[in-house]
Amino acid sequence: MEKGRIVKIAGPLVVADGMQQANMYDVVRVGAQGLVGEIIEMRNGRASIQVYEETAGLGPGAEVVSTGAPLSVELGPGLIENMYDGIQRPLNAMLEMVGTNITRGVKVDSLPRDKEWEFVPCVKPGDEVCSGDVIGTVQETVSVVHRIMVPYGKDGKVKEIKSGSFRVDETVCVVEGPDGTDMELSLMQKWPVRKGRPYKEKLTPSTPLVTGQRVIDTLFPIAKGGVAAVPGPFGSGKTVVQHQLAKWADADIVVYIGCGERGNEMTDVLMEFPELKDPKTGEPLMKRTVLIANTSDMPVAAREASIYTGITIAEYFRDMGYSVALMADSTSRWAEALREMSGRLEEMPGEEGYPAYLASRLAQFYERAGRVKALGSDDREGALSAIGAVSPPGGDLSEPVSQATMRIVKVFWSLDSSLAYARHFPAINWLSSYSLYVDTLMKWYGENVDSEFPALRTEAMKMLQEEAELQEIVQLVGQDALSYEDRLKLEACKSIREDYLHQNAFHEIDTYSSLKKQFLMLKLILSYFNLGVDALAKGAHYAPMVNLPVREEIGRYKYTPEADIEKEYSRISADLAAAMNKLIEQGVSEDD
Amino acid sequence: MIKEYKSIREVVGPIMLVDGVDGVTYDELCEIILPGGEIRQGKVLEINGSKAMVQLFESSTGLNLSESKVRFLGHGIQFGVSEDMLGRVFDGMGRPKDGGPEIIPEKYMDINGLPMNPAARDYPAEFIQTGVSAIDGLNTLVRGQKLPIFSGSGLPHANLAAQIARQAKVLGGESNFAVVFAAIGITFEEAEFFISDFRRTGAIDRTVLFTNLANDPAVERISTPKIALTAAEYLAFEKDMHVLVILTDITNYAEALREISAARKEVPGRRGYPGYMYTDLATMYERAGRKKGSKGSITMIPILTMPEDDKTHPIPDLTGYITEGQIILSRELHRKGIVPPVDVLPSLSRLKDKGIGEGKTREDHAGTMNQLFAAYSKGKEAKELMAILGEAALSEVDLMYAKFADEFEKQYVSQGYETDRSIEETLNIGWKLLALLPKSELKRIKDEHIEKYWPKED
Repeated sequence: MEKGRIVKIAGPLVVADGMQQANMYDVVRVGAQGLVGEIIEMRNGRASIQVYEETAGLGPGAEVVSTGAPLSVELGPGLIENMYDGIQRPLNAMLEMVGTNITRGVKVDSLPRDKEWEFVPCVKPGDEVCSGDVIGTVQETVSVVHRIMVPYGKDGKVKEIKSGSFRVDETVCVVEGPDGTDMELSLMQKWPVRKGRPYKEKLTPSTPLVTGQRVIDTLFPIAKGGVAAVPGPFGSGKTVVQHQLAKWADADIVVYIGCGERGNEMTDVLMEFPELKDPKTGEPLMKRTVLIANTSDMPVAAREASIYTGITIAEYFRDMGYSVALMADSTSRWAEALREMSGRLEEMPGEEGYPAYLASRLAQFYERAGRVKALGSDDREGALSAIGAVSPPGGDLSEPVSQATMRIVKVFWSLDSSLAYARHFPAINWLSSYSLYVDTLMKWYGENVDSEFPALRTEAMKMLQEEAELQEIVQLVGQDALSYEDRLKLEACKSIREDYLHQNAFHEIDTYSSLKKQFLMLKLILSYFNLGVDALAKGAHYAPMVNLPVREEIGRYKYTPEADIEKEYSRISADLAAAMNKLIEQGVSEDD
Repeated sequence: MIKEYKSIREVVGPIMLVDGVDGVTYDELCEIILPGGEIRQGKVLEINGSKAMVQLFESSTGLNLSESKVRFLGHGIQFGVSEDMLGRVFDGMGRPKDGGPEIIPEKYMDINGLPMNPAARDYPAEFIQTGVSAIDGLNTLVRGQKLPIFSGSGLPHANLAAQIARQAKVLGGESNFAVVFAAIGITFEEAEFFISDFRRTGAIDRTVLFTNLANDPAVERISTPKIALTAAEYLAFEKDMHVLVILTDITNYAEALREISAARKEVPGRRGYPGYMYTDLATMYERAGRKKGSKGSITMIPILTMPEDDKTHPIPDLTGYITEGQIILSRELHRKGIVPPVDVLPSLSRLKDKGIGEGKTREDHAGTMNQLFAAYSKGKEAKELMAILGEAALSEVDLMYAKFADEFEKQYVSQGYETDRSIEETLNIGWKLLALLPKSELKRIKDEHIEKYWPKED
């Protein structure tokens, strides 16, 4: 064990001498309290260490001990439903140990050691196994079957396999390696957080991650294994969007990283998720969720580590063959932590004081997402979708973190403060957002939802674009200068915006719309427009068309329970057709 | 044995370098003994071998490199707390300033506090009635929330803050209530306004005041809010009180932070403010909240003046990212004579949804709130359009909205600093205003509520 002595302390940065034998990125224990730190720079025998806990009270001469291993997470049963800090210490266990405030030097196991899990093996002695092969399963929660995999590099022949109740650190399987050595496998494995977990092959994303949010699913969909960014000024509803996705995205596992954000938001998640039901399984959402919380008052260095901790856990579940969704709120806080450490290291700053390696670190992080063929002989497919929030200062997207993010991500949901002021939520701007998965996914929608879906989406987008142009004219010369057809288009767009795109996250039914419901609702709105244009041509009058009572019914369609959507749709579309016909009759008879 | 060092090498602004030290730890408190015997305080910012960089909390005037002595005290900055603090006035470093006796502390607490375990937080959900419609009705404050007031120079934020401190109450709740007030670099007049207002209403007996005035040393300002929050934590979490903390003005605090950062020659972030300002502000703001197993709570109202009324300036910007919403004052409304000039559209309370509705305020609260927001926003748009194109270009409905916007500002927002409206009154005024619009426009309110609460024709 390498022992060094502190020579310098500046905030979360500690420099220690006498560390010749230590490796870069080794975890070290600092001072008498054994604070956790990580070596981030080496100069001769001097190691610069970022300390994940408050450094007050440390002085020169205090001991620094290297553990010889990089920062790693424990992976195994017990992850789900847990809430961790940035370096994977379970917060509930810490609450029991040291009380309501986080004191320093707390040592606690990431996975509970006293809990026993029912292990069901699926291999037998004599079977050849390779890295990533599933040797058995543990029913971790009602929603999640935890597949126990052979850790990387432990290929061989199964010599012994047990069945029954085990703690995570007990041996359940012995594998004889090619060189004849025995390797003991337990339910748990470890993996260094800064290194992506290996897989066989990366695949192109092809199926949508359905979120139940109309503006996202219809206009700017994200694929399973895709990456998205949600930038927006404060108060524009970033966190609500992230929470909505964590609640309703059709992923098997959700990893939610609260990185440098408000403590109460994490409490909100903790209190709400056990109550909410997964629309697929009917079980509480918490049963598929892992939370990483490094709130803004917790030490800044651990904030830097938190997103790596989160994505490593997400990769682990991806390797089991699951679809995992990872939310990071917010990557800007992570970048700021990077900047703070860079400043303390006295590195030459890049833009706005951020280190020059900001963009490459961000790219490395997002590139760990994707759809993959996992290791193991059964060729399972897993997907890891990453959705990062960005908090640009002053809402100005020209700042380095937003720019670096936009270069990487394929989906961009741009939040708009003027929409937020008008209480239009989710405040995703339909003109400046984009999704590069539209072409691939619309094909899927056409095959799996309705063949008309892609055409309908294109029409809606086109109308919204035209609306923006028409609005400019209206601003200049007033509505009267427009043709009736254009005025009707404005009315229909108003319906698209206020009824369709506006979605109330706090309404029990409106909070989630199935794809079928999204399709039917959009179809109602557009057929109002198309029938209206037709009726105008046949002599109907414009004024009564705007005030048709059936429009209100279309507006309220979003509050229809999922069970009744087809019935309601037929009723309203019949009403609509009848109302339009009546307008034509009236128009013709009045003109006579 | 506490050693004294006479080896001060440099004093630059608020930063002092002491050489040859031994056994000094990071963040330790120290005392500087001037030749005349006067004692000043500082804390260790950085240690490099035998050199300690010390940040002074007070001015460096009169500091002499060869004669002054430095004594390191072996602990961080602490503040002695006791229930006797109530009704007292302290200076920015926590020393009594009102001529009264010294406080006999029940215990000493580190002023930096400790991060709260998110698992130990209790979600704020109790409605606080401030008696101000623009807040209660639209940007509801709840116990344990941190809701800043974004103001500008020359706007009456002090009146609004005093009104909230005076009127805030929890419906049907007990009254174990205290106010902790920290004046950070504000003028004597402004501080005196608060003190005399607290005296006038008798609130002073349950108030702890900390005042660092504009002519006090700027570096002291770094500690003032932290000391105030330490006092608040003690009252809330050990004495089960509901504490309202008012910090004014955070802009002065951030400027002091920048001063120290510049003196240390750190790489600056935006507009010269240090890169760690977010973390620094967050450790302060996040001390608000409720804890499991504790009856008390800390509700925080920081006040800041936005330089040039610019919301994107780093101070309001970073604050907005940490706090749970913001109340924004508008110069335009102030000129129009709207009192208080709360600009409701960009204002926001993130925690309102948990604090309103049936059993807390009234079942129709959420719906009417959204409707009022949407209608006011639409009314303002209509008015803008009217300014360009004239009244004739507006449709009938748009005209109704324009009228609504005017009446809304006059009747709902403008209530004066002395009116204390109950939540029922606030909601009823809201309905009276919504009745200016056709019923079919009320898309965000449930039908049964419209039927129940729509004002009856007399």
